[in-house]
Amino acid sequence: MDIAFLTESFLKLLSGLPLTLELTFFAFVIGALLALLLALMRDAPLWPLRAFVRTFVFVMRGTPLLVQIFLIYYGLGQFRPFLQDLGLWSVFREPYWCAIMALALNSATYGSEILRGALGSVPPNEIEAARACGMSGVLLYRRIVLPIALRQALPSYGNELILMVKATSLASIITMMDVTGVAARLIAESYRPVEVFIAAGVIYLAINLTLSRAIAVVDWWLSPHLRRATPKQAVPHG
Amino acid sequence: MTDLLQLVSFGPDGWGRSLALAALMTLAVASTGFAIGLVIGGLLAWGRIAGNLGVRLGAEAYTTVMRGIPDLLVIYLFYFGGSLAVTNLFQSFGREGFTGVPPFLAGAAAIGCISGAYQAEVFRGAFRALSPGEIEAGRSMGMHRWLLFRRIIAPQIARHALPGIGNIWQMALKESALISITGLVELLRQSQIAAGSTRRPFEFYLIAAGIYLTITWVTQLGFEAMERRSQRGIHRNTP
Repeated sequence: MDIAFLTESFLKLLSGLPLTLELTFFAFVIGALLALLLALMRDAPLWPLRAFVRTFVFVMRGTPLLVQIFLIYYGLGQFRPFLQDLGLWSVFREPYWCAIMALALNSATYGSEILRGALGSVPPNEIEAARACGMSGVLLYRRIVLPIALRQALPSYGNELILMVKATSLASIITMMDVTGVAARLIAESYRPVEVFIAAGVIYLAINLTLSRAIAVVDWWLSPHLRRATPKQAVPHG
Repeated sequence: MTDLLQLVSFGPDGWGRSLALAALMTLAVASTGFAIGLVIGGLLAWGRIAGNLGVRLGAEAYTTVMRGIPDLLVIYLFYFGGSLAVTNLFQSFGREGFTGVPPFLAGAAAIGCISGAYQAEVFRGAFRALSPGEIEAGRSMGMHRWLLFRRIIAPQIARHALPGIGNIWQMALKESALISITGLVELLRQSQIAAGSTRRPFEFYLIAAGIYLTITWVTQLGFEAMERRSQRGIHRNTP
């Protein structure tokens, strides 16, 4: 083990960190919005919508992410003239956007299942009470359903975020120089895979531990009703 | 359309035969990795449940690290690191030059080490679902460790763990696509080759996706059947 080389690779790998975080952020945010849309469509009153979402989720969950990335990045390149006519070629030409698109769609399907479970766990009496107060539609969702469902979904969605960080590494296969991309280049240049692996592993573990701590904090913050009452708050009844 | 059928035909000009063989390779490497993962996961779960402090911490560190690092990096480590070790070993015996590890072995070992970390968590959860009274009852009947494990613990863990294990099989199967970077001609690599030589990437990746989907779907049905079978005679309160 060569400590000097280890620190050297670590510093070089840090240059890929912004891209890894960027991919994670965009794919996660777009994925989460799509997930909510899919989850709401999954229980929509129109059966073609429901069938579409079911098929989409089935297909995306049953195929490897790398195949999805290749299909979007290499596969859609086959329709270049068509995409150029639509003015979309500048998007599909970039591995950056293709990676974000594939990651977001992939995460949206897993996320939609989590959100669907969370939406189903909203107690019906809360909804009834809200309706009795005259809330409906968007207001009902905004005030009652979504806050309860999102709090319920948070721990699982936190896992999804960690999986997303790891999944961004696949972008390196379509030439993106994220942490894994830099790691692959360093391994090829130096032929010292163990040191590079340790350095890159430390970076990913640091990201993931930070994120899981952050999720735990948000979870704690969102569920005051589950916290054990401190003696000062515990007011005896009667 | 007829054009497409010709592309995937089993004739001399078609890619059907290569794709079918590649799908078998995917199944082989995924199931070998999965089997290695079962062993590693079982050992890790055992370590975390019954080990002393050192073993527990070691097993916990392993699962945390393996679940926090991208699979792709682990595959790089096994493939390049393995080749480096083998090359060094051979050179110490006087053989010059580079010796690579077979991509199949490196890939299966990588999948095994990753899925083992996840399987350990599933087994541990399943063990927690076991009521301590059953183990006590077993002990009071005079069963010793191995007998207790074989008769009381293992059958129940297997039942509780089955759904989680099914998920991990799906994961291992999809992870196996990453092994294509080592050059192992599994389904994705074969599709890449076909896409490159015919310049029809869209069709071939779509076909690959369809084959993966079929495999995940069929094996999912298999796991569901096993789950139903394992639930025979179990009273459940849900209607």
